Amino acid sequence: MRQRWNPYLAGGLAGIVLVASVAVAGHYFGASTTFARGAAAIEQTVGVDTAQYEYFTAKNGKYGAGSLPNWQLLFVFGVALGSLGAALASRTFEIKKVPDMWAARFGDRPLWRNLTAFAGGLVLIIGARLAGGCPSGHGLSGLSQLAVSGFVALAFFFVGGWLTANLLYAKRGGRS
Amino acid sequence: MSLIYGLVSGILFGILLQRAEVLRYDRQVGALRLLDMTIFKFMLSAILVASVGIYLLKDMGLAALNIKATGLGAQIVGGTLFGIGWGLLGYCPGTAGGALAEGRLDAFWGLAGMLAGGGIYAALYPTFKATVLSWGNLGKVTLPQAMGVSPWIVIVTMALLFLAMFRLFEKRGL
Repeated sequence: MRQRWNPYLAGGLAGIVLVASVAVAGHYFGASTTFARGAAAIEQTVGVDTAQYEYFTAKNGKYGAGSLPNWQLLFVFGVALGSLGAALASRTFEIKKVPDMWAARFGDRPLWRNLTAFAGGLVLIIGARLAGGCPSGHGLSGLSQLAVSGFVALAFFFVGGWLTANLLYAKRGGRS
Repeated sequence: MSLIYGLVSGILFGILLQRAEVLRYDRQVGALRLLDMTIFKFMLSAILVASVGIYLLKDMGLAALNIKATGLGAQIVGGTLFGIGWGLLGYCPGTAGGALAEGRLDAFWGLAGMLAGGGIYAALYPTFKATVLSWGNLGKVTLPQAMGVSPWIVIVTMALLFLAMFRLFEKRGL
């Protein structure tokens, strides 16, 4: 079970799961809106009046905390649950503070890695909300429906990511 | 019921992502550095199968499309910004929770950053609405509609393109 599954086969099966979700539940995959809704829920919990923000009240509160819990929140939780189960069953669960590729380049101190991860998460959600989706909503669901928005978004996800990863891991002073 | 459907499809998707090792930072950033195409093999295969399934359902009247509006400002500026964050984090909104669940602790900080980003986006929304989001809005349109051809022509073309990419990936051992 440690052997990883063929990515073409696993991807094809994921495509069938998406089609089944559309056929049975009428839901396409997506994830990024949950983090805007989650932010609203946290703000409300600590006493912030989220009604002052147009975004959280727009479209009858579609992006506000009042829309939780909903299909997408449970989908995002489900991915974590499925991953945990699969990792334990296949004995591939492994506590790792810093990814191998990062450690090889920047060292294994968690502080820099965690700060970068936080900054990355912050920037990517602002980008995803601007674009109207992430690789699930625009990539998987958008391209499967042949939406123009999906093709444009996925292309620029890759452009931004390619530029950033190559700058981050650029050769320095002849070191590779 | 909608909640249960969400949970079940999430669990199945999570199992597939974890077992194909798509959740890992090294695979995600490996793809951005053009060193390891695992995540694209997974994603493009999923898109191919799903596009056939979804358009079959649509042709049989069993499902409706639900597409996002095209906004050139939104998807070009937002998409690039997403990519920059993705390159720094190495996980996506859909995969970060799964990465944390298989023991990748740095994903926790990515998730925290995403929640912070959600709050900041809401605070800046009026500015975005007046600028980026108002640029180049083309409405909800699919590629076959824009080109005036049958969706099946686009699906077959896309399939041939993806298969050529898969062949290239395997040839180069990516």
